[in-house]
Amino acid sequence: MYRSGERQVAHETRETNALVENNGLLRYANALNFYDHPPLFDVTVDEFETTAIDRLRVLAEIESSLARNRTWEELKAITYAQYMKYVPLHTSTFTDAVEERRKDHLGHYVLRLAFCRSEDLRRRFVKAESVLFRVRFEQTEIELRKEFLNSRNFNWIAVTQEEKAQYHQELYSMYQSPKQENRADAFKKEKFSKVRWTRVPDLVEARRVFLKSGWAYVPGREQSSIIFQEFEVQLEKALEATSRLIPRLDEDSRLIPVLDNLSQGFVAGIASEWMNAAGSSSSSDIRAEMVDGLAKKHFPMCMRGMHENLRRDHHLKHFGRLQYGLFLKVLGLSIEEAVAFWRKSFDRMTDDKFSKEYKYNIRHSYGLEGKRANYPAKNCLQILTSSPSDVGCPYRTFSPENLQTALLSMYSQEGLKSSDLPEIMSTVKAGHYHVACTRVFEITHASCGVAKGEGIGGGESVTHPNQYAARSMELGKSKKEDDAME
Amino acid sequence: MDIEADYDHSLPEVMLTYYRRLYPFRPIFTWLNHDHTPTRLFTHREWAFTLAGDVYLRYNSFATAEDLKKQVCDLNPTRFEIGPVYSARPRDRKTVRPSAFQPVQRELVFDLDMTDYDPIRTCCSDADICKRCWAFITAAVRVLDPAIRDQFGYEHLLWVYSGRRGIHLWISDKEALDLTDQERKAIVGWMTVVNSGKDSNKRLSVRTSSKSLPAPLQNVLENLKHTFTTLILRDQDLFASNEAAAALLEHIPDQEIVEKVKTNWINSACSTSEAKWVELLKTVRSSKSSDILQAAMEDIILYYTYPRLDAEVSKHRNHLLKAPFCVHPKTGRVCVPVDPEKVEEFDPEAVPTVAQLLRELDSITPATNSEESGNEHHHSDWEKTSLKPYVDLLNRHASSLMEKTRLEKRTQGSMAW
Repeated sequence: MYRSGERQVAHETRETNALVENNGLLRYANALNFYDHPPLFDVTVDEFETTAIDRLRVLAEIESSLARNRTWEELKAITYAQYMKYVPLHTSTFTDAVEERRKDHLGHYVLRLAFCRSEDLRRRFVKAESVLFRVRFEQTEIELRKEFLNSRNFNWIAVTQEEKAQYHQELYSMYQSPKQENRADAFKKEKFSKVRWTRVPDLVEARRVFLKSGWAYVPGREQSSIIFQEFEVQLEKALEATSRLIPRLDEDSRLIPVLDNLSQGFVAGIASEWMNAAGSSSSSDIRAEMVDGLAKKHFPMCMRGMHENLRRDHHLKHFGRLQYGLFLKVLGLSIEEAVAFWRKSFDRMTDDKFSKEYKYNIRHSYGLEGKRANYPAKNCLQILTSSPSDVGCPYRTFSPENLQTALLSMYSQEGLKSSDLPEIMSTVKAGHYHVACTRVFEITHASCGVAKGEGIGGGESVTHPNQYAARSMELGKSKKEDDAME
Repeated sequence: MDIEADYDHSLPEVMLTYYRRLYPFRPIFTWLNHDHTPTRLFTHREWAFTLAGDVYLRYNSFATAEDLKKQVCDLNPTRFEIGPVYSARPRDRKTVRPSAFQPVQRELVFDLDMTDYDPIRTCCSDADICKRCWAFITAAVRVLDPAIRDQFGYEHLLWVYSGRRGIHLWISDKEALDLTDQERKAIVGWMTVVNSGKDSNKRLSVRTSSKSLPAPLQNVLENLKHTFTTLILRDQDLFASNEAAAALLEHIPDQEIVEKVKTNWINSACSTSEAKWVELLKTVRSSKSSDILQAAMEDIILYYTYPRLDAEVSKHRNHLLKAPFCVHPKTGRVCVPVDPEKVEEFDPEAVPTVAQLLRELDSITPATNSEESGNEHHHSDWEKTSLKPYVDLLNRHASSLMEKTRLEKRTQGSMAW
């Protein structure tokens, strides 16, 4: 019964689509979308990728919010801010509405392709997407919600007045009214509908609905629960179907690399392109001799560790030099200062050897030699997924014991206490390395007024070592100014 | 006495005789299979055998009931368990991709175990069970059986005595077979009132903000009040001991009343549970804040009488549960089906043991041998023993399932036509 109903709906929609192909607003009648139909329009490869990356940023932030046990209200506020920033979607209709909704639609489907590949990715994608849907649903005005619900056949049966009267006592005893209203009055107005209980397992588990012969009597206020459940189930099924079909994708080698890249984005959250927007942090130029002090106060663990290795061994291996050198470049170290810094650091070798074997590489990384490319610094994603020969993310590569010792020795001066370790270690254990890093940032910057859950500003997590360092220096500066004022 | 020693159920040859001549393989097959010819419900079903010396063999599967019987007789296990139906034959699992080998269907099962009742029974403890504590199981069946039928609409419920101290429930309705782990967890949440296991704290998970009990619990409360009086107060006389009485008073949220009750108990020299309870009721009724106390009194009755489920068994599709008609390794008793209508009359101590059944066989064997030769008819030997009523019970249950399948096939057929 349920299947055939759905098919009918799909059929109708297809017909209307044919009629209104050119009229976008009819195509996207509501900002909320169940993503029943794939996007059937042309996109450039570029748009394909950027749209997906923008959406992925939002999903990654949702994931890290969940990993950090944020309350629903916090999560809602952060997610709202994030999606308005990257994939804005306004509920009311206005001129750009079609464009926004189109982007939302496209981004969702691209990510489906990227995340259908493994059980784990599917599960995480469904979770993050349904949270996003829920947040949007709750942000939507009641009227538009109703419109959305009516536009789709959810296959629930309205409970008639007679039936409601018949089970009055049972329904009433399990009824929870909205806070302000009188329970009896609210109950009188309430419209119940019934569905098979398996569609609302969470309500059944919490004993919040009345059950009779396998039918759950759901009050109007709880109906959103059915919708969320439906959204998850549909998406799960669709992802499984997609994963079976993807080997048959007629692919011209432009999309698969993009998709591969995207599906890695969940490891570290989506990496921010932390380009040095010339002048933002280099306004106060960093000199070679300042690096020591900065490393102690402002560097994330990966760079801090690299710096300490350099001081201890008076040397760094090639990939370490490359990674740390680029980080320093983006931090604001000019080429002259960089050469000075490395020369001083490698104080056990002759000038000749340094010029011959190292100087070229340093200049190369600044785009002054060879193909003269302006290399960006590595982001967390690249560091996390790098091959084992490289210097990876310490949260990932260190053994738990080593990590705890290292954390304490590096950050205890900045306010990290051993009582903070269990929390950090548990996120590491769950594989949320960037969350652990973000938490360390919060703890070590508590004196600058960074609260738990705030991250590197606005609840954002660390996705780039330079982002960590820049924010830390910014906070340090404003704190100094505050102190001076007093 | 000699004969009894001969039929000790820990002897392999005794078990082998039981499997060869008495174990009702055919009824078990039809019950699991819902049909005469083998379907996926049987062929893709996991069987796990426990052999002597704690050897455990998982992922067996069989094409027919005869296949199963042959393997059981070859291995001669101390007991065997039934698992879920997988997406491929369990014995072929190494030849398919891991993703293509998933549990897909499984009877919804519940397990009630007397150990969960240890804090509230006085007659025995741990593994022991007697007719008196069977009353707890009776009360549980009286609550669960109608609740599942009425609220979830399931019809095909098979209750099976576990052979020692508990009872299993197997639900074979189509919808129940298809439930996902999440949905099974939801049912358990709906059914659980008293948190069982080691961390069973005294708080009940029943009241929502509305303060009154949800309707399904209100309905059973009336019956449970009766159970409370007859079972807890009279039969078990639970609160006679000081510790148990103190535990009872922990449920009362008002410290003042607790003190008052304590002095009253001493003053009026209450020693029996019933006297103590009456005194408690009197004190509560005379106090002012009656709403909260009324709720507390209801909670007490639920705490002491509501079924205590072993939740983990029900939550996962791939949980294995001992097959009916296996022999309990400790007691030697057969795990027989129980008729929920007559659960009060059921006496766990009257359940036949293997030794008893084999002796019954002995008394008829000469006659059989003279008329028939060979082993062919051994599978129906149970008809001549006291196992018969129990097998008949399973057969009736299985034929109602087959009837359902037949009707379904017919409607499908007519639709296709």
